[in-house]
Formats: sequence, structure tokens, C-alpha cells
Amino acid sequence: MLAKRIIPCLDVNAGRVVKGVNFVELRDAGDPVEVARRYDEQGADEITFLDITASSDDRDLILHIIEDVAAQVFIPLTVGGGVRQVEDVRRLLNAGADKVSMNTAAVNNPQLVADASARVGSQCIVVAVDAKQTAPGHWEVFTHGGRKNTGLDAIKWAKKVESLGAGEILLTSMDRDGTKAGFDLHLTRSIADAVGIPVIASGGVGNLQHLADGVTEGRADAVLAASIFHYGEYTVRQAKEFMRSRGIEVRL
Amino acid sequence: MSMVVVVDYGMGNLRSVAKAIEHVAPDADVRISSDAAEIAVAERVVVPGQGAMPDCMRELNARGLREAVIRAATEKPFLGICVGLQMLFGHAEEGGVTGLEILPGSIPRFPLAAMVAPDGARLKVPHMGWNRVQQAEAHSLWEGIDDGSRFYFVHSYYVEPLTPDLIAGSTHYGIPFTSAVARANIFAVQFHPEKSAQAGLRLLSNFMRWNP
Repeated sequence: MLAKRIIPCLDVNAGRVVKGVNFVELRDAGDPVEVARRYDEQGADEITFLDITASSDDRDLILHIIEDVAAQVFIPLTVGGGVRQVEDVRRLLNAGADKVSMNTAAVNNPQLVADASARVGSQCIVVAVDAKQTAPGHWEVFTHGGRKNTGLDAIKWAKKVESLGAGEILLTSMDRDGTKAGFDLHLTRSIADAVGIPVIASGGVGNLQHLADGVTEGRADAVLAASIFHYGEYTVRQAKEFMRSRGIEVRL
Repeated sequence: MSMVVVVDYGMGNLRSVAKAIEHVAPDADVRISSDAAEIAVAERVVVPGQGAMPDCMRELNARGLREAVIRAATEKPFLGICVGLQMLFGHAEEGGVTGLEILPGSIPRFPLAAMVAPDGARLKVPHMGWNRVQQAEAHSLWEGIDDGSRFYFVHSYYVEPLTPDLIAGSTHYGIPFTSAVARANIFAVQFHPEKSAQAGLRLLSNFMRWNP
């Protein structure tokens, strides 16, 4: 049986790993290659790099980071942040990324999802959906780190990107991100049940029970977390052992 | 020094495959190449591949590599990965194209009706993530790898060999499917050994030492 995946997420700014708390406050948490290698040793199923570099001068640093990590860490690598055109996708894949995640660019230009997946294959294209509850049982898609409401219904948007050729959805609850209050399980389940492609739950993990809940109640195919791993509260292995104790299939 | 060519026909993450081989065989001369002459003199050949099968076949033909790959598959240690496995077979449901027909069988898509987990939940396609491979037989490439080890998969189509003796490994996802095939000098896998941590690296290391 297919294992549920645990994915540590590294926010990268100008070549260094940082962790965004509600996408505003940043703290340095280490060298990307070292952190990636440590997660690989702990049994991480994938690693996601989110490039939050603002300065265009430093944008290409992520390519060097991916090259360095891919030469030493032999598990799937996903990169997101700053992807605007098919050429950006191609360059990241050539550097050693296995999947590329797009968010704002997909909202602004949905054709990008179609063009990119036609060019490099659906399996390489992840669409990141940042959703915020606007009414009970209703979520809308936000961009720009949760500041800008697109007015798009999150469930409809998820189905649309699937039809455009996305191979996976990285779903982040903007209400929960940085709160450590757990995933928005209602949102996660609503999206996971609506699409036929894998869904990664993100935003709000504060303990191991939250990770298990994302799978059992949220029906996510994978769970993503940052701070609980970065600051050594839990190792990925502990997370997997906990999930297995809850009857969840994991790779151990 | 052992020279291995990773065949470059414009499809897929070749760099990761090459880096993983370099990692397990530091003395090997690993070349990413789209040169038929280089493929012809290589001691070992790896054919990766991802994306759509019709695109892969078109690019392989456009680069004049079809014959070089067929030839490599008949005469030297040959490792196919993902679409590099699928293209060894015949009819593909994806785009209705035909593969190289080196091995008998077809390449269907996961049937929607069977994509249900034991608990009733919907199984997603692509089949993406770490799944178990049950080894059908002892083989040099499985050496040191526990039966039932997990490897990283990402695909929507799979191979259905016509003759069961080709099956070297199988995996369950809604249905049982063939995840590795072997015949003489050919070993080919649906999963990505270059992305499968220790188990994958061991398989690549075994391939580099394999003398079929």
C-alpha cells in the first residue's frame, strides 16, 4: 500500500533557510544542504523548498541550492516561489528539482499550468493553493502571502487546476499557517475529496497528532510541516512512528 | 574505468540519475549523452524518462536514438527507469503510440473503477509516493534490498507484460501491477531508484556491478 508522505518544508531566502510565521516574521534556521541531508537521514519522504527571496539579484541562488542538494540527497525535491513562466520550471527541473510548485502565477495565468504540464509532464507540476475561510464551509484563494483575495472559490480552483494538468495540490490554510493549532481539516477534506490528484496538507501543524489528523480526517495524501521539525521539537522519524501507531501506512 | 551512458533524449531529470550513479560508483565515468556512437561504446546504458510516452517516443526518434537504444537493450547491461521501462513494450494507452516492442506487452492507464482503497477512499492518480515492491525472483539487482522495500513512484500508466516470466517485481495500488521487469541483460523499473533513498542507491550500485 502507498505510504502517506511526510514533507518538511524549508523556506529559503537568499540562500539561507528561514521559517515564516504567518509569512511575516522570519528566523534563520540553517544551511539548506545540511538541513536537507538531516531530513533525508531522518526518513523524510520528500523535501519542499519555498523560495521567498524578494531581491531579483538573489533569485538564481535557489538554482545553486537545488544543484547542491540534488547531488547529495536522493529523495524527491519540490521547489516553489517566484515561478512565473515555463522557462522557470524548466530551469528548476534541470537544476535537480523533481517538482515545481506555482501559486500566484497560476492564478494570474492559468494557461501556465497547462503549458508547463504539457511541456514537462503533470507529475512535475504542483499548484499551491493558499486558502482562507470567508464563510462557514467556504474558502477563497489568496495570493501574496495571504494578503490578496482573488475571490476564487478554493474547491472550484482546485478542480480547475487539476483539469489544466496539475499533478498535485499543495493546500495551505492561511487561517492556520503559523498558529500551531492544526490543519484546517474541513478545508483539507473538502479539497481532497473534490480532486483525483494527490493533496498535500499544510499550515498549522503544532504536534504529531495534527499530522495524523491531516491524513485520517483531512484525507490528505501527504502532510507538510516546517517549524516542528526545524527547531528539533520532533524528528521526522518520531512523526512517522506516531503515525504508524495510529494505523497510518508510512515508510519507516 | 567503467563508462555508463545516461541516454539524453530531452525528457526527464537526467542530472539526478547521473548524480545518484556517481554517488554509488565514484570511479565510474558517467556521461549524459544523446550521441548514438557514445551509447554504442558504453559499457552500460541507462534510459530514464518521465512525462508523456508520446513525447518520449517522438523525441527519441527525432534525435535518431531509437536504434541505439534497441541495440543497447539487446547487448549490454541496460537499466530502464519509468518511461524508460514503459517504452520497452508495445501499445501504450497514452496517445495510442507504440513503444520499441523489445518486450511483449502493453502500457495501460490505472483503471478508474479500481482506484479505491480498502477503507473506501479514492486512490489518486498519478500514483505518487513510496510503495512496496515485492520481488518476484532473486536477481542481482535486488541484492541487499529487502523484499517489500519501498521505492518512490510517480506515474499514471504501468506495464502489463504478456509473459509472466518477465516480471521481476510487483506493487499494489488499487490493482497489482508490474513494477520491475527483467530479461537477460535488461532490468527496468517503474519507480525512480535515483529518488528512492538507500534502497534506490543500492539498486543503482547493484546495476553498476552487474554482469549479466
